[in-house]
Amino acid sequence: MPLLEIQSLVVEYHAIRANVKAVDRVSLSLEKGHTLGIVGESGCGKSTLGLSTLRLVPPPGKIVSGQITLDGIDVVNCSEEEIRRVRGKRVGYIFQDPMTSLNPVKRIGGHFVEMIRTHEPGVGEEDALKRAKEVLNRLGILPERINDFPHQFSGGMRQRVMIGLALALGPDLLIADEPTTSLDVIVEAQIIELLKELKKSLGLTLVLITHNIGIVAETADRVAVMYAGRIAELGETGSLFEKPMHPYTQALLNSVPNITKKDQVLSWIPGAPPDLTEPPHGCLFHPRCPYAFDRCKKEEPLLLKHDSSEVACHLYDRR
Amino acid sequence: MLEVANLKKYFPVEKSFLDKLLASQKSFVHAVDDISFSMDRGDILGLVGESGSGKSTTGRICLKLIEPTSGKIVFGGIELSKLRGEELRRFRRNMQMIFQDPTSSLSPRIKVGEAIRHALSFQGEGELSEQIERTRAMLERVGLKPWSSFYDRYPHQLSGGQRQRVVIARALVLNPKFVVADEPIAMVDVSVRAQILELMLELKREFYLTYLFITHDLAMANYVCRSIAIMYLGKIVETGPKEAVFERPLHPYTLALLSSIPVPDPKVKLERIIPKGEIPSPINPPKGCRFHPRCPYAQSICSEREPQLEEIRPNQHAACFFPRE
Repeated sequence: MPLLEIQSLVVEYHAIRANVKAVDRVSLSLEKGHTLGIVGESGCGKSTLGLSTLRLVPPPGKIVSGQITLDGIDVVNCSEEEIRRVRGKRVGYIFQDPMTSLNPVKRIGGHFVEMIRTHEPGVGEEDALKRAKEVLNRLGILPERINDFPHQFSGGMRQRVMIGLALALGPDLLIADEPTTSLDVIVEAQIIELLKELKKSLGLTLVLITHNIGIVAETADRVAVMYAGRIAELGETGSLFEKPMHPYTQALLNSVPNITKKDQVLSWIPGAPPDLTEPPHGCLFHPRCPYAFDRCKKEEPLLLKHDSSEVACHLYDRR
Repeated sequence: MLEVANLKKYFPVEKSFLDKLLASQKSFVHAVDDISFSMDRGDILGLVGESGSGKSTTGRICLKLIEPTSGKIVFGGIELSKLRGEELRRFRRNMQMIFQDPTSSLSPRIKVGEAIRHALSFQGEGELSEQIERTRAMLERVGLKPWSSFYDRYPHQLSGGQRQRVVIARALVLNPKFVVADEPIAMVDVSVRAQILELMLELKREFYLTYLFITHDLAMANYVCRSIAIMYLGKIVETGPKEAVFERPLHPYTLALLSSIPVPDPKVKLERIIPKGEIPSPINPPKGCRFHPRCPYAQSICSEREPQLEEIRPNQHAACFFPRE
């Protein structure tokens, strides 16, 4: 049984004039020990999707329909008490910006103590601190720094603390939303290597949300490409990069410079992602798609199985 | 065309009241510390480094947006520090800047056409009708066609990519010779980035521009630039033609940067040499070679003496006692 299963999830943001479907009928599943990469441009709904797995979508956002099952727990319909036990304990979440995710007036140790004792009230402060030191040590932070404040840490160190907090209670699933976006290249590489190492040694299941195609290529087993709230393509990392099927995936991969390639010619996608308050008819990508034909303008493509991957494009649907 | 020699910029650090009472020594952020480079007309030089390396400060000093602490900038035979007031203002038409964030570099209350036209009117270029005519042509040139559907729009009505085109149009409408582009695509959607780069390259050929391209993205620099200068803690540690620097790097820091980039191809497995720790504070940079505390090849001399940029291969310079061969 997969650890995480999402079935036709719809998340809407309600604004005064329009409702925006930030996540639209997304279905995916994730086996224990695997890494799923979710890629897409800003505004494609990837962060909203990540937040909904913990029912953390901020208002006016709302899960409208669909199912999320996390190790047998019905995330959408369970009680507030139950979901609170999942957050942090069963699922660790690494937020985008390590600079603002820590409380500036709380010592690093205090963050751990609060977190551990909320979920395990029986644990004393001493024991909690001891556990925090073990976690930090494993992440390459000297245990004596536990009494420091967040501002005494650099960006990369703070992100390590965030990873430590996410891992402190031994979760089964770790969701990392753009874990390296605000970091420099070398620090980014350090964090990626750390995540890879933790994945191996702890057998972590990982959801990696990013716009960085390179990071996904390096770490993910499977990749979901999102566009305008929908999954355009979902497949094994190897085959998706080798033979991308959806025109959006193809274009996206061709627009990223690769330093190992000589004389690369980059291409781009004309236009801009659609305004989701007034989404186009049919396939959401058709106004920018070079292969669009009549059907694309009228009928929305469904995510259908094709060999080992799934793709939502009429080019591959020969019904 | 542009000659930068021994450029330094130290920013004073604000002192606390107690420090003032104790009259403790003034400390400085060594943002740019003795760098020299030159550019010919038509060059694209990539200034590459991590945050805090001093690359943006260098770019701004080249345009005299901030005054250097010491050093010389000669632009087309004229020394910039000698220019004052009206003379300087008129001279600025030759050099323009494209900023990172198109949203904050355009006024939300000024129509984008007017924003571009203002550049012309500040420099007193022609009559109003001529200014409008040139603005329209420029809008179309950067791909905002037809001009009539863009001229009277406000920035918030455009997409990120379109806004960056407006910023590019505004920078180029005065026909500058030299353009500093500070992370021009960092805030633009991934799918549109290549298009903006391509536009910048096209305009470069058309107007015979010279670009100083500031970026932290090595893959992007590899795509755009002809020559590269790698900066670390206010110093240029390696410089040379793009192919040389990226294919046969000499400085251990360049090597580290190159092996840190995630490659968008799952088949490529990189042997990584990642230095420990992070870029130290530029207030008290390490003695000797500034990279030595993180360098895997450091020896005792590296902490004692500061290496100078030396030509190690033809045209390829590195500041290292033990360059990689």
